[in-house]
Amino acid sequence: MSERSNGNGNGNESENDHGVADAGFDDWLDALKDGRAYSLECPDGHGSLPPRRVCPTCGATSLEERPLPETGDLETITITHVPTPSFEDDAPFALGIADFGSVRLTGQVVGVDLEDVEPGLTVRPDVGVSETTGERLLVFHPQ
Amino acid sequence: MSEVRVAGVGLTPFGNTPERTGRDLFAEASAAAFDDGDVPRTDVEGVFYGNFMGELAEHQGHQGPLMAEAAGVHAPATRYEAACASSGAAVREAVKRIRTGENDVLLVGGAERMTNLGTAGATEALAIAADDLWEVRSGMTFPGAYALMAQAYFREFGGEHEDLAHIAVKNHENALPNEKAQYQRAITVADVLEAPTVSSPLGLYDSCPISDGASALVLVSEGYARDRDLDAPVAITGTGQGGDRMALQDREHLARSPAARIAGEEAYADAGRSPGDVDVAEVHDCFTIAEVLAIEALDLAPVGEGITAARDGRTTADGDRPVNLSGGLKAKGHPVGATGASQIAELTQLLRGDHVNSESVPDATIGVAHNAGGTVASALVHVLEVVE
Repeated sequence: MSERSNGNGNGNESENDHGVADAGFDDWLDALKDGRAYSLECPDGHGSLPPRRVCPTCGATSLEERPLPETGDLETITITHVPTPSFEDDAPFALGIADFGSVRLTGQVVGVDLEDVEPGLTVRPDVGVSETTGERLLVFHPQ
Repeated sequence: MSEVRVAGVGLTPFGNTPERTGRDLFAEASAAAFDDGDVPRTDVEGVFYGNFMGELAEHQGHQGPLMAEAAGVHAPATRYEAACASSGAAVREAVKRIRTGENDVLLVGGAERMTNLGTAGATEALAIAADDLWEVRSGMTFPGAYALMAQAYFREFGGEHEDLAHIAVKNHENALPNEKAQYQRAITVADVLEAPTVSSPLGLYDSCPISDGASALVLVSEGYARDRDLDAPVAITGTGQGGDRMALQDREHLARSPAARIAGEEAYADAGRSPGDVDVAEVHDCFTIAEVLAIEALDLAPVGEGITAARDGRTTADGDRPVNLSGGLKAKGHPVGATGASQIAELTQLLRGDHVNSESVPDATIGVAHNAGGTVASALVHVLEVVE
């Protein structure tokens, strides 16, 4: 657990369409890929996600990285058939919101038949790749 | 504090007119509002204008002065942006300005050009109202976001797609005689259930269309209306705004819209009214589930029971308290920046008795309008009353 003054790390290997990374967010995806996923937590235990300088719940400015639980449970899901152009070749895909304790994450549920995706499913977050654009995205593997 | 009167209202037809520019749409709506209100353009002291995706659809920012010009008004103009609640936000700021006594006559409204982007382009443009990093990059669309809320609602409170279908059927029925509506066409529950899925459980007929259109209101102080002997019997007596975390994943409840509850409570208190006083409502039904969340947040239905309000006939035209007599976003259409002010326009006409559906609410004196942005990270609620 490392003390952080803010949620903005240094951009690195990950870049968007303009060749510039989104500091904090892309660093978080890197951490997830390396098995070091985390959430940010203020002294009162409110969770949040980077980039973040202030707790969005209470305004506390001291945020610490806490390891994200290895798995979470899907709270709600949808099968998207009409995507944005960025996911044209990925559709239809399952999108879900999973609970990881102090934070929730939104990701695509992969490696499972779409009809088997349902709320309550335990999932492990990971970094996947869009079939349409080759961009990285947050995915969930059912456990 | 000066009372705010709705002197004139104007709408373009909502629909599929990809070649029409935003400035042309707003010129038509504002001209209709000036005609309706019998207020000279030279009296206008400011333009409060809502628009969401002008940069993407028309490569046009800085739309305030452009729209003042299109309306033939020489006055300071500002564009308000709160996603699909953009013109609701513009209405609220104008109401506050007139109440302070600083202005007596304001042109308020909004416009959106969307269909020129095509379905995929408009879906992408609408998605920028969600959190780009934590939602859109995972593949979230707006139908997808509301579908996640619908599934969460079913899980928490029960309900099924057929309940939602009755909302779409009701709003299409209401739009049948509305010449401004994009869809003047009746549909059946079977049509809704058999339509192609957009994002499960929501299908094509659970979703509002992609629309072009504009809305305009001429708002005046009570003193101006009296001095000019205007026929402006409807006042905006309550205004409220609520906010919430941007991303759906960060909300305490995935099947509620607390920003709208906050906005509603503020608007009711501002007007000195309670939900039980409301005779008629226009709410932000961008998807069928959104109408459920809206009427629950406004306390027009108990939490967990809004899902059956249309199916049970409580919110239909012949029900106790009709909701979306205009046809709602679902059937009237949803040119997003125009929607909030268009709801006030429709409600004003319903209360004045000159709306094509006024006969469904002949004794109505109090109405409420609910306009939402994103997955209700922004909510604007206004109470309208017949005051003379």
